[in-house]
Amino acid sequence: MNDGVLVLVVMTALAFDFTNGFHDTGNAMATSIATGALPPKIAVALSGALNLVGAFLSLSVAATIASGLVNTHLVTLTVVFAGLVGGITWNLLTWFFGIPSSSSHALIGGVIGATMAAAGSHGVKWHGVVSKVIIPAGLSPVIAGLIATCGTYLVYRLSRNVPDGTRNHGFRIGQIGSASLVSLAHGTNDAQKTMGVITLALIANGTLNSGDQAPFWVILSCAIAISAGTYLGGWRVIRTLGKGLVEIDSPQGMAAESSSAATILLSSHFGYSLSTTHVATGSILGTGLGRKGAEVRWGVAGRMATAWLLTLPAAGLVGAICYWIADGIGGTAGVVVVFAILVIASVALYLQARKTPVSHHNVNAEWDGTVVPADAKKEPIAA
Amino acid sequence: MNSWIDLDALWHIVAVGLLAGAGLPAVFALGLRAVSLPGRGGAPDAETTPDARTTPGADRIIGTNPIGIAAGALCFAIVLAGIAWGIYSVVAGT
Repeated sequence: MNDGVLVLVVMTALAFDFTNGFHDTGNAMATSIATGALPPKIAVALSGALNLVGAFLSLSVAATIASGLVNTHLVTLTVVFAGLVGGITWNLLTWFFGIPSSSSHALIGGVIGATMAAAGSHGVKWHGVVSKVIIPAGLSPVIAGLIATCGTYLVYRLSRNVPDGTRNHGFRIGQIGSASLVSLAHGTNDAQKTMGVITLALIANGTLNSGDQAPFWVILSCAIAISAGTYLGGWRVIRTLGKGLVEIDSPQGMAAESSSAATILLSSHFGYSLSTTHVATGSILGTGLGRKGAEVRWGVAGRMATAWLLTLPAAGLVGAICYWIADGIGGTAGVVVVFAILVIASVALYLQARKTPVSHHNVNAEWDGTVVPADAKKEPIAA
Repeated sequence: MNSWIDLDALWHIVAVGLLAGAGLPAVFALGLRAVSLPGRGGAPDAETTPDARTTPGADRIIGTNPIGIAAGALCFAIVLAGIAWGIYSVVAGT
């Protein structure tokens, strides 16, 4: 059919996978970085490597992101493309503001919006959207929070007589172990979402037959993209999760990551593809509740929750607009124009972020109410 | 049970999640407590000695009680088995 468009779609999908990686580094590693269990650079390298391994571990849910949510026979290459652009745009904006929001929701929102623009609202399986996306999204942070609260309470209670040396050393090891498990689970879950999207595009293009498995080059490129993104590290999001929400100590970090790992792994066992971001945030909040005297900054939590509510509609709107632009111009030219707009907008946002950088140098600076520490506002660090 | 929410799966996720996500860290904490136990007449007890942190021996990572070390090792083995089960469940993909 149209190989030029297909190449652009695959590139956009890999770009989304990359943003997914750096947006979500914090889910696994924010607590380990905040408590000093791992130096920031080592943490992102470990997480990146484990995401790479995780992407190869299991291939059972590839191609499920769109089926069940939209009528796949209505999905064209342009729809997939516009949906991806919606997802990337939301991921970049929330990263810029340091808000941990769900990459999965951004992608789903984008695809739903583009499908609605292309085929009207009957192209969307609303029942599937509510039962598979919205209800799990509402429940998962609460469940993860509950588990983390219990875990934190138990850990503090049981370890209160342990000498400090053993305590610090032991819980740091535990924290690294549990964070590694979350990274692995993230690679398994999230890399597959992009593999599914590329597979969907290949099917829409007629390159693959429907029902075919994802080809190896798709698996490999998605694994590398998410891993590279993770290694880059979304320092703004890491800072909000690790420093902004709750002041975290290593026993809390271990409890939070254990809760996240258990919730993600169990839910995928039952066929729910949860947002790792929602789970991790719920766990970190829970660990603040489970420790006596820990401060939970509900203002920061509220801002995140608002962003979560906006994720689906906002990414959907961008997806729909991109579809209208691409479809209005028509053909390959339309897709190229939207692609060019995306590249320009991304570079502009990146340059804007460089003016007030958050990096591995200042990620752990004292939380003063904003994601960009005061010193970075005054004189940017060359990074 | 209805078509919007699978209460059976939800119940399992909460129950097993509590067991693995909160129980395993608790077992890990127990393990740390066990390995750090002082032997008979050994290092001072952290609970009764206010300045335990500055006492020589308090910065030791492993205590001197053989039963404690064995019990701790058992706890860590349980935690590792739990993690192995978790990874297996991912790889099996069921």
